[in-house]
Amino acid sequence: MKAMKILVTALFVLTLANGASFAGDLSMNGSTTVLPIAQAAAEKFMESHGEVTISVSGGGSSNGIKALIDGTTDIATASRFIKEKEVEAAVAGGAYPVPFGIALDALLPVVHPSNGVTDLTTEQLRKIYTGEITNWKEVGGADQPIAVVGRDTSSGTYETWDEKIMAKEKITPKAMVVASNGAMVQTVAQNKLAIGYIGIGYLNDSVKALAVDGVTGSAETARSGLFPVSRYLYMFTRGWPEGDVLNFINFVLSDAGQEIVASTGYVPVR
Amino acid sequence: MKDQSALKADRLPRALIAAVATSGLAIMLFILFFLLKESLPALRETTLGELMTGAFWYPTAEPAEFGLLPLLMGSVSVTLLTSALALPFSLGLAVFLAEVCPSALREIFKPLLEILGFFPSVVLGFLGMVVLAPWLQERFSLLTGLNLLNASLLMGIMILPIVASLAEDALSSVPRDLRDASYALGATGFETTWRVVLPAALPGILQACLLGVMRAIGETMVVLMASGGAALIPRSVMDPVRPLTSTIAAEMGETPIGSAHYHVLFFAGLLLLIMTLSINVGALWIERRGRKWRT
Repeated sequence: MKAMKILVTALFVLTLANGASFAGDLSMNGSTTVLPIAQAAAEKFMESHGEVTISVSGGGSSNGIKALIDGTTDIATASRFIKEKEVEAAVAGGAYPVPFGIALDALLPVVHPSNGVTDLTTEQLRKIYTGEITNWKEVGGADQPIAVVGRDTSSGTYETWDEKIMAKEKITPKAMVVASNGAMVQTVAQNKLAIGYIGIGYLNDSVKALAVDGVTGSAETARSGLFPVSRYLYMFTRGWPEGDVLNFINFVLSDAGQEIVASTGYVPVR
Repeated sequence: MKDQSALKADRLPRALIAAVATSGLAIMLFILFFLLKESLPALRETTLGELMTGAFWYPTAEPAEFGLLPLLMGSVSVTLLTSALALPFSLGLAVFLAEVCPSALREIFKPLLEILGFFPSVVLGFLGMVVLAPWLQERFSLLTGLNLLNASLLMGIMILPIVASLAEDALSSVPRDLRDASYALGATGFETTWRVVLPAALPGILQACLLGVMRAIGETMVVLMASGGAALIPRSVMDPVRPLTSTIAAEMGETPIGSAHYHVLFFAGLLLLIMTLSINVGALWIERRGRKWRT
């Protein structure tokens, strides 16, 4: 009986050790914007490649790239391109980061569904966020104050908004700040006076998306470059990818992978 | 001979306890050292004056502005309003439980209160977001229901059970003799509570209050979700605020290690530590004074 127990334990330990020594462990870290794609793609990939396990986490673009530089992750996902300083740090650490544009994201300005405004110009959006325009009637809405909601300054979404809309002007300190796309939808859906912005993947019926400069944010307008608030989403690898990493990147860029991108609400690159 | 071996056997547990206690202390000191090491470089990038009096928080702008004043005021205002709202209720509840409530009812209330104290703050924050915020906005026709009052109400709900439960302990531990003596002198129930029991339990009650206040300063999730997050010095209780804790929580994740922003966030952590530490020292002082006063 005792021998049996020892045998079982030994077998158990062996399988564990075996599992850990398999090369099929991939880790992916980075942007919360890319997280839905990364998660769905990883699940599909693991279905067809049974020996590979992929762990996905979303600590933000900068975090992901940091992890890539430190070598603690195989793939960094990011909602912005890698910065020069980060490239230098990576090269100094012995890894050349290779970018893959895997999807497009359009940032949609959103308001409460009861809001009569349907279209704003980039200029109007900037003025609302700098605090110059404070009443909805100034942009063709009802005579009500505007509750401006922004994102925390270190998020990739904030960076894109800052770059595409704010033209480096400062957002008013009166703007409320929420910490995620989900919280933004929640906040705007609960507040008739609010305006916010979200990644296209987070849009649902509880909020209303506004057109920008007369262009409705959609897959087509983002890919064609017509929609002014859109950006590429990236996956970065340490050096040119090999083995499982290469297989995974190829999978994301394949038709099946891009279908996942579309199904999570983002815009396929092709 | 036998005595000596007994002594030896005594030495081992003592050494073990000493080792555990020192390592605990060492960990605390290490955390403090780490906090200082990561926060002091902030003074190289900006000045102490700018940090403490700057009214604008634009940590990622070019050039960056690291004014911690609105964040500090956010923390202070939430803590003060929370205390003003919750402490009178907590103390009233404690007096009710300890002095007025029939003991059968108290056996039900006290555990219930203690369970309430473990209510996850994220659930409270969510309630604030989807229930309290729209109601506040509708009721007072505000720009937003996510504001100082919302966060303080939720935080009040959070610290109420803690303060009430601790204060009730303090009141219950006042010796029965004191009450009996008071009644024997012809005092009424109210006079006994007000002039005898409360003063005797005062150090314990104050400590309970300070613990509640400390919890309010350090709380992160509720303010992150319900306070609105605008880095403004609040002018009214309906203004959105951005306390130090929620700023650290929201921004630390995506801040490059070693940047000025990173060090300033650690500096904000140091400020929080200094705030809670001074309250802690205050609590110790009160306790020591109370002990002297009682003997």
